Amino acid sequence: MGKVIVVTSGKGGVGKTTSSAALGAALAQNGDKVVVVDFDVGLRNLDLVMGAERRVVYDLVNVIQGEAKLTQALIRDKRLESLYLLPASQTRDKDNLTAEGVEKVIGALKTHFDWVICDSPAGIERGATLAMRHADVAIVVTNPEVSSVRDSDRIIGLLDSKTLKAENGERIEKHLLLTRYDPARAERGDMLKVDDVLEILSIPLLGIIPESMDVLRASNIGSPVTLADERSAPALAYFDAVRRLRGENLPVTIPGEKRGFFGKIFGRKAA
Amino acid sequence: MTAVLTQPRPIRLKGRSYLALTLTPELPFEDWLVRLDDLASRSAGFFLRRPVVLDVEGLEIDRTQLRDLVGKLGARNVRIMGIEGARPSLLGADLPPAMSGGKATGDIEEPAAAPVREAPAAESVAAQPTAPPPAKAAPASLVITQPVRSGQSFFAEGDVTIIGSVASGAEVIAGGSIHIYGTLRGRAMAGTLGNGAARIFCRKLEAELVAIDGFYRTAEDLEPGLRGKPAQFWLEGETFAAGSLG
Repeated sequence: MGKVIVVTSGKGGVGKTTSSAALGAALAQNGDKVVVVDFDVGLRNLDLVMGAERRVVYDLVNVIQGEAKLTQALIRDKRLESLYLLPASQTRDKDNLTAEGVEKVIGALKTHFDWVICDSPAGIERGATLAMRHADVAIVVTNPEVSSVRDSDRIIGLLDSKTLKAENGERIEKHLLLTRYDPARAERGDMLKVDDVLEILSIPLLGIIPESMDVLRASNIGSPVTLADERSAPALAYFDAVRRLRGENLPVTIPGEKRGFFGKIFGRKAA
Repeated sequence: MTAVLTQPRPIRLKGRSYLALTLTPELPFEDWLVRLDDLASRSAGFFLRRPVVLDVEGLEIDRTQLRDLVGKLGARNVRIMGIEGARPSLLGADLPPAMSGGKATGDIEEPAAAPVREAPAAESVAAQPTAPPPAKAAPASLVITQPVRSGQSFFAEGDVTIIGSVASGAEVIAGGSIHIYGTLRGRAMAGTLGNGAARIFCRKLEAELVAIDGFYRTAEDLEPGLRGKPAQFWLEGETFAAGSLG
């Protein structure tokens, strides 16, 4: 059985889709079978970020409504043969996502893939709650600024109450992925400090992704940043995040700071 | 005009819980109303002046049907003070407000056949489940071992203890005192059932709002010296007092 991961945030524009694609590609580079599912019905973007927009025939809503088979809707990545995409519908409404339909699709994907990554839409409505519903692990994507942090906090509350795991009395594994971290702005004190974000959200830190033009460049050429330029700073940060996701105990480095100093502070995990 | 604006005393806002009778209507309403009339005929005035909440959870009805039902109940002297379990779109300004967070108490006895005037035999008195005057039990307190997240709200009639932080946009409401072994960033309202002796304690103060027995302070009115420090709040008569802890 594969692991189901939801990439969520509450707030829009923090990097959910970018992170879903980058983590998916990084996981698949070891040969693991990975599918990234776009739950943002009506505002799909994952196909663009993964460079598959010209190859979409069927989508998640078609599968849920029985108009297409799952195998017909899955798109295999051209660069990594173990990476797949299940696109969202652009023309349909979010209401076409039914709880039973999503359960069936996720159940089927879990038997075929090692990792099922659900790219959640922004907000706390139907699309977002259905994306998190069947997750084993949640990656909460947060920018180091107050509104994003508060929205993430709200989402963590929902993860602890609205997911299947929570309803069964289990605890869903939650990780914080701090994105768009800008060392220069952090230096000036324009951004929340990593410590402050961790203190407020109190979930373990999966990684810190630096703000970088490489991310935008990768999106524009339709490639996950972990495939576009494997040596770029954000790609390296995503690779480290994936190693931690696999259970490795790797100290987190804050971009722009020396590792030695940092290991001391962040060797510990947040409560 | 200026006299109104310079009024120094703030409005007191208090939460209070009451016991209300809950009616759960069933479709079709006509049949249900017949059964209700039957009940009412056995005991005239059973609903008279009683606070009644209408629970419409799970009923597939539209606003016209609901308004019609409330009207028909009104004609029977059943005054609806609130509606529970209704979709927001179902309620309008012309309907009673939405109620939520109700807690079940013992079922209210349906009135039996017309009450007998003469004193009943001793045996039948024993058989009647007459409710004894409720013993004054200690109000239920609540211990929360996880952080209270934005958007969450907790209430207990007694004390609330939180081992963790209360996030911005979260709220904790207690009939008694509130103890927070973490940072208070959201709202804490203590003594809401009219307990002026209740206090609020937190290990680090970043609160949006604190209130005791209806007297409140927003972040702007809090003493700046206490921000980020361990703090407590209490009432001295009708004045809100704040101080550092430890």
